[in-house]
Amino acid sequence: MNTRQQTKLIYSWYGKPLSSDRKLRTSQYKGIFITSESTKTETCIQLGDFILVEGVNADQPYVAQLMDLYEDGAQHKRAVVQWFCRLEEIPQNKRKLLKREISAQEVFFDQILGYDTDIAAETIIKSIMVLPLHLGEELPVITLNKEQTFYVKQSWDGKCFKVLSPDTFSKLKEANKKRGVITNSSKAFVPSDILTPVKKETDSVLRSATKPKNVDMEIESKHSASKSSLAKERHSQRVAKNDIKTPTARKKLELSSPTRSKGRLLGSEVLGLLDDDCDAIAPLKTSATKRKVKFTSDTSGSPPKIPCSNDKAKSTSETAEHHQRFSDTIRLSPYTRVKDFSGKDKNLHEKDDVLSSVGYQKPSSQSPVLTPRSRRACAQKTSALIAEQISMLDQEDFLSGSDSSYSSSSEEEEDDDVPCTPEKKTKSSRVFSTPKSSRKSAVHTPVKTMKKTPSQGTPRTPRNATPEIPRRIQAAQEPTSVLEEARLRLHVSAIPESLPCREEEFQDIYNFVESKLIDGTGGCMYISGVPGTGKTATVHEVIRCLQRAAENDELPPFQFVEINGMKLTDPHQAYVQILEFLTGQKVTATHAAVLLAKLFSTPGPKRKTTVLIVDELDLLWTRKQNVMYNLFDWPTQKHSKLIILAIANTMDLPERIMMNRVASRLGLTRMSFQPYTYKQLQQIISSRLKGVKAFEEDAVQLVSRKVAALSGDARRCLDICRRATEICEFAGEKRTPEIVRMAHVIEAIDEMFSSPYANAIRNASLHEQIFLKAILAEFRRAGVEEATVQQIYHHHVALCRMEGLQSPTVSEIMAICSRLGACRLLLVEASNKYLHMRVRLNLGQDDVMYALREE
Amino acid sequence: MRPPPRPSSTRAPASLRELRMPPMKSTMSKRKLKESVEESAECISQVQKILRERFCHYCAAGKLFGMKQQYSHLLELLKRTTVHGESNSALIIGPRGSGKTALLNHVLEDLREMNQVRENLLEVHLNGLLQTNDKVALKEITRQLQLENVVGDKVFGSFAENLAFLLEALRRGNRTSSCPVLFVLDEFDLFVHHKNQSLLYNLFDISQSAQTPVTVIGLTCRQDILELLEKRVKSRFSHRQIYLMNSFDFKEYIKIFKKQLSLPAEFPDEAFAQKWNNNVQHLSEDKTVRDVLQKLFQHTKDLRSLHLLLMLAVSAVTTHHPLPTAADLQEASRQHSSDSRANIVHGLSVLEICLIIAMKHLNEVYDGEPFNFQMVYNEFQKFIQRKAHSMYNFEKPVVMKAFEHLLQLELVKPLERPSARAQREYLLMKLLLDSSQIMEALQVYPNCPTDVKQWAASSLSWL
Repeated sequence: MNTRQQTKLIYSWYGKPLSSDRKLRTSQYKGIFITSESTKTETCIQLGDFILVEGVNADQPYVAQLMDLYEDGAQHKRAVVQWFCRLEEIPQNKRKLLKREISAQEVFFDQILGYDTDIAAETIIKSIMVLPLHLGEELPVITLNKEQTFYVKQSWDGKCFKVLSPDTFSKLKEANKKRGVITNSSKAFVPSDILTPVKKETDSVLRSATKPKNVDMEIESKHSASKSSLAKERHSQRVAKNDIKTPTARKKLELSSPTRSKGRLLGSEVLGLLDDDCDAIAPLKTSATKRKVKFTSDTSGSPPKIPCSNDKAKSTSETAEHHQRFSDTIRLSPYTRVKDFSGKDKNLHEKDDVLSSVGYQKPSSQSPVLTPRSRRACAQKTSALIAEQISMLDQEDFLSGSDSSYSSSSEEEEDDDVPCTPEKKTKSSRVFSTPKSSRKSAVHTPVKTMKKTPSQGTPRTPRNATPEIPRRIQAAQEPTSVLEEARLRLHVSAIPESLPCREEEFQDIYNFVESKLIDGTGGCMYISGVPGTGKTATVHEVIRCLQRAAENDELPPFQFVEINGMKLTDPHQAYVQILEFLTGQKVTATHAAVLLAKLFSTPGPKRKTTVLIVDELDLLWTRKQNVMYNLFDWPTQKHSKLIILAIANTMDLPERIMMNRVASRLGLTRMSFQPYTYKQLQQIISSRLKGVKAFEEDAVQLVSRKVAALSGDARRCLDICRRATEICEFAGEKRTPEIVRMAHVIEAIDEMFSSPYANAIRNASLHEQIFLKAILAEFRRAGVEEATVQQIYHHHVALCRMEGLQSPTVSEIMAICSRLGACRLLLVEASNKYLHMRVRLNLGQDDVMYALREE
Repeated sequence: MRPPPRPSSTRAPASLRELRMPPMKSTMSKRKLKESVEESAECISQVQKILRERFCHYCAAGKLFGMKQQYSHLLELLKRTTVHGESNSALIIGPRGSGKTALLNHVLEDLREMNQVRENLLEVHLNGLLQTNDKVALKEITRQLQLENVVGDKVFGSFAENLAFLLEALRRGNRTSSCPVLFVLDEFDLFVHHKNQSLLYNLFDISQSAQTPVTVIGLTCRQDILELLEKRVKSRFSHRQIYLMNSFDFKEYIKIFKKQLSLPAEFPDEAFAQKWNNNVQHLSEDKTVRDVLQKLFQHTKDLRSLHLLLMLAVSAVTTHHPLPTAADLQEASRQHSSDSRANIVHGLSVLEICLIIAMKHLNEVYDGEPFNFQMVYNEFQKFIQRKAHSMYNFEKPVVMKAFEHLLQLELVKPLERPSARAQREYLLMKLLLDSSQIMEALQVYPNCPTDVKQWAASSLSWL
C-alpha cells in the first residue's frame, strides 16, 4: 500500500568489509542493516538468512536465502541469493507432477539456472524462516505467523521435483541454526565509534521507559474487552490482575526499566550499539522483546512452536529459541540486551507472559494494526507493539506498521523521538537511500487478505464464480465421411501443424522476439495487414515455438500476455488485464497503470521477460493516447524486459492516429502482412487437406483465385471451401460423388458473393418494381438523384395507366416505399414527412435497370 | 406488425345476428334454427380461434412456404453445431414478413425433437430492439446461459468484468466437451450500431476459434447488412447468408391462400370442416376472389398482408353467415387498401374543405412552394367574394381555428417548429395531400356544395 511507499528505507552495511577484491573493486560484507527513516527502526540481515525479495506481485514476494553481500565498483549494494520457488511460480502444467497437496507455505529449493541470482540489495524486504523438512513429514501445525515461515521439502529445477539432497538439507538446517552464531561473531566488526551514541541512547531509554508501560496498560484494558476466545479470557484474567495493580505497581515497573537498561549497559559490552540506529523505538522494543524471550524460554521449549510467534515477531521467537539452544552467553545481535533483561528482571515475568501469550494467540498480520476498524483491534495492537519492539530484524513492511501505531498510541513517544534525531544524523554517512518504489509489497499482503475475506461471501463479486459453459450431455460425434473430415480441417479454428506461406514473417518475428529474450531487453514491433492474412495466427505460432524452446531450456523462460482491443470495454481496461495476467491482482484501471509502471520501471531480479501481444491496437486509441503511450514507453525502460507485438490492420496507423511521441516510442520495427496471393491460398487449402481427397484440384484453384482477386482473406477462402463441401454433400446424397467439384464451388462462391440487391428486386412485387421504375423516371426527368414520394407517385400512376393496372392509393404507395426502405433498396427519410419524404436509391441506377429488365 | 386482435367470437356474431337473421328465418322452422345455431356457434368459435391463432401468431404455428432449401440449409447447419460441435455463423436476410423468424422457429422445433440434440444445445436469444447496447446484451447473455455469476435473475459486476467473465467462460470450452451455444440475434442490423461492434466481433471471433462451439444466427431485413459490418468483424463472419425472398408466383399464392384458410383434418366437427374446406376451394376458383388476391399480390408478396386480409374476411363469419364469401373478401380488400388520409378528409367541415382547396390552388400556382395562413385566407376570400353563393363569409379567427384543426390532423405541416416570435399567420406550411387525393375525397364527400366542387376543379372557374 501507499504507506509503504512513503516510508523511506535506508540500506547500510553491517560491519566492515570481510574481504575485498581490488581488481573488481568489490567488497563483501557479512550483513546489511535496513533502516526506516520515518520510524527509526532497524533490522539486520546476515548472510545465510532467509529473506523475502520484492517480486512482480506485491502479494507474493520471492523467497530466497542470502548467500553473499557485496558492494560493486559503482557503489551499488548487491546481494547474491539462492532462490526458492513458490507454488505459484511453477507452471500450472508442472504442478501435477507433485501429486500431493501443497500448502501455501511450502516452497521449493530452486535449481533453475535461468534466474539471475545477483540482485540489488534494496529489493530485500525482510527476513523470514525457511525450514527444511523431509518429504513425508507433515507440516508443523501453524497457528501464527503463516506468512513468515516457509517449509522446503523438495527442489525444483524447471522440469521435475526432487527430494532435497542430504547435503542441501543439512545446509539449510545449518543456516537456520547458524544465524545466532554469525550475529554473535559479527559483533567484532562493529566499528567502535558507534559505541558512544549508545550511552546517549540509554538516556532516551530511561526517559521513554514509562511509555511502553502506558501502552501496555492501554492494550490490556482494551484487550479485556474482547473475550472471544478462551485464550483471551485467560489473558484478560491476567490483565485484570495487572489492572488491580495500583499506580504504585506501575511505578515500580517504571523504575525497573531504567535499572534494566543500566544493568544491560553494564553487563553487556555493546548492547546499545545495535540500537544505535534504533533511536526512539529502542526503549519500546527493549521491554517487549525481552518479554517475549522470556516467554519462549518459559513455556515453549519445543521446536515446532518456533514458527508460532506473531507475524512480525517471528524472527524474535526464532532467535529466542536459539538462545535456549545455545548458551546464554551467546548473543543475538539485535537482541542481546533483551537477553540480558530476561535474565535479570524476573519481576516482570508475569506481565511478559501475558503479553507474549497475546502475541501467540493472535496470528494477526501486521497491517491490521493500521486499520482501527478491525474487530480485534486491541489484540492486533498488542501484537503490533510487540512486533515493533522486535522489529530489528524485520524491516520494511513492519516499519510502516509501527509507523502508524506510533501515531495512534501516544504522543509521549514522539517526544522520545526528538532527542534521538540528531544521533541519527551523525550516522547519515552510512545511509543508503533506496528507491521508494522498492518497498511496496509486503504490507499489502495482509491488508489484501483482510479486505478480500468479507467480500467473498457477497454475491456482488463474480470473482469466485468459475466461468464455464456447461458440459455437453452427449458426446460430440467425430467426422465419419471424407467430406466431414475435410470440413473439420477447413474450419478456421482448426490449428494446422504449420502455417504455410508465412515462413518469412514467422522467421522475422521469431528472430526479433528471440534476440530480445536472449538479451533480456525490451522492444516493440508493429505488425499490420488486412483482416484474414494470418497476423494473429503467425504471432501465436511464434509464441508457441518460443514456449517450446523455453521448455527445452534453449531460451530463457518468459511470460506471455495477450490483450485484444476489441475484447476490452474501454482502452484503460488494458492495464487491468495485463496486470491480472502478470500477477493475478484485480484492481482498478488507474491503480493498475501505476502498478504496471512501477513493475516495468524497477529492476525485478527474478522477473521473467514478458511478451505482450496487443491485438487490434487501433482500438486502444484515446484522446490523450496515454494507453498507447504507456504501452510503448515501458519497453524503452531499462529494466522493463517487455517485448510488445502490436497488431493492427492499417499499415500507416502510427502516422495516422498516433501522436509523434507515441509513434516515436513504437519505433520503426514494422512488418506488414501482404494479402495472400492465389498460389498461397491454394497452398493453404491443400496443406490443410493433406491426406484427404475431398477437392478437385481445379476447384481449389478457382476458390483461391476468386478470393485472391477480391480480398486475399484466408478466412473467406476456408469458409467457401467449407460451404462447398456442404453443397456437395447435400447434392450428392443420391449419387455419392464424395468429391467437391467445380460446380459446387461455383455455387458456394455465388452464394457468398452475389449481390443481394438484384435478387431482391427480381423477387419484389409488381407494384414495388413499378415504383422503382417510377423512381428512375423521376430521376431522369429531374436530373437529380433524389425525389419526393409525391413526384414519384405521379410517375407511378402514369406507369400503372400504361400497364392497365389499377393505380394504388397513396397509403399503398407509402407502404411500398417503407418496405423498400426497410430492405435498404431505398434510402428514405423519416416517414412523418409523408408525401414530401425524399427518396434515394441505395444502389446504382444501372443495377436497378439491369435487375428490372431481365423479366 | 401484427393486426390488432379481432373482437372475440362471441361478440361478433351477437352484433351481426340481427342483420343476417331475416333470410335464414324463411327457410327454417324456429326450433330447428335454434339447435343448428347452437351447434354451429360452437363450430364457428372453434374456427375463428384456429384461424386467429394462425394469422396472429404467424411465426409460431404458421406453415413454411417456398423455403424448403433454406430450411434444410439451416437445419443442417444447426445440426452440425449440436452434433459435431462445429462453430458457424449465418445471417437470415429477407424483407419484413418473409418468414425469417418462422423459419428459425421451425428449425429449432424440429431440432429439439431430434434425439441427438435434445438437451444438448444452449440457446441465447437477443433482440436488437431490447438489447440496445453491449452492456445490456452481455448481461442478458450471461443470464440466459445461467453462468455462475448470475444471482437469481440478476447479473452483477461491471461491464468490463462481465465481458471478461463471459469471454473466459467461452474460451475455456472446447469443441468436444462443451455444450454448443446458439446465439440468435434478432434485428441484427441494430447490433451493428453498438460501439466498436465489439459484441459481434467477439461472437464471430469465438465462432472462428477453437473454443466453445457457438453458432451465431442473425435475422435482418436489410440487404446491405454486410456493408455495415466493420472489416475485422466482416472477415470473421463466415458469409453464410440465407435469403428469404418470397419468391413464389401467383399460382403458389393461391395455394397459400387455400392452405391458410382451410381447416385442419383434426377439426372436431368433420362435416363442418368438410363444408368449410369445400367453400375455400370454391372461393379460390372464384373470379372476384382471384381479382382481389391478384391485386394484393401485385402490391405485396408479404404473407402478413394476406393474413390481415383474411382476418378481416373471416371476422365477418357468424352463425347465420357461417362461410366467408367473395363479397366478404372484396369488402376486406376495400378496407385494406383504403387511403387513410383521404378518409380523414371525408370528415372535415365545408370550411376546412375550402381551405384545403385553397391550398391546393396555391400549390398549383406556386409549384409546391410553401405557403402561410394569410395566403390561404386571401385565396379563400377571393373565392368567397367572386364565386361563392352558398358559402357564408367567415370571420378571420374562425378561419384560423379551422386552419389549426387541419394542422392538428397533420393534413398541413409547418416547415419549421412554431416559435414564440413568429406570428402564426405567417408560419410557412406545406400541404400533406396530393391533389388527386383531394379530388377523390371531394367525389365522395356528402352534400358538397356545387360551387365548391367547381372551384376545386379549377381555380379559374369564376372567370
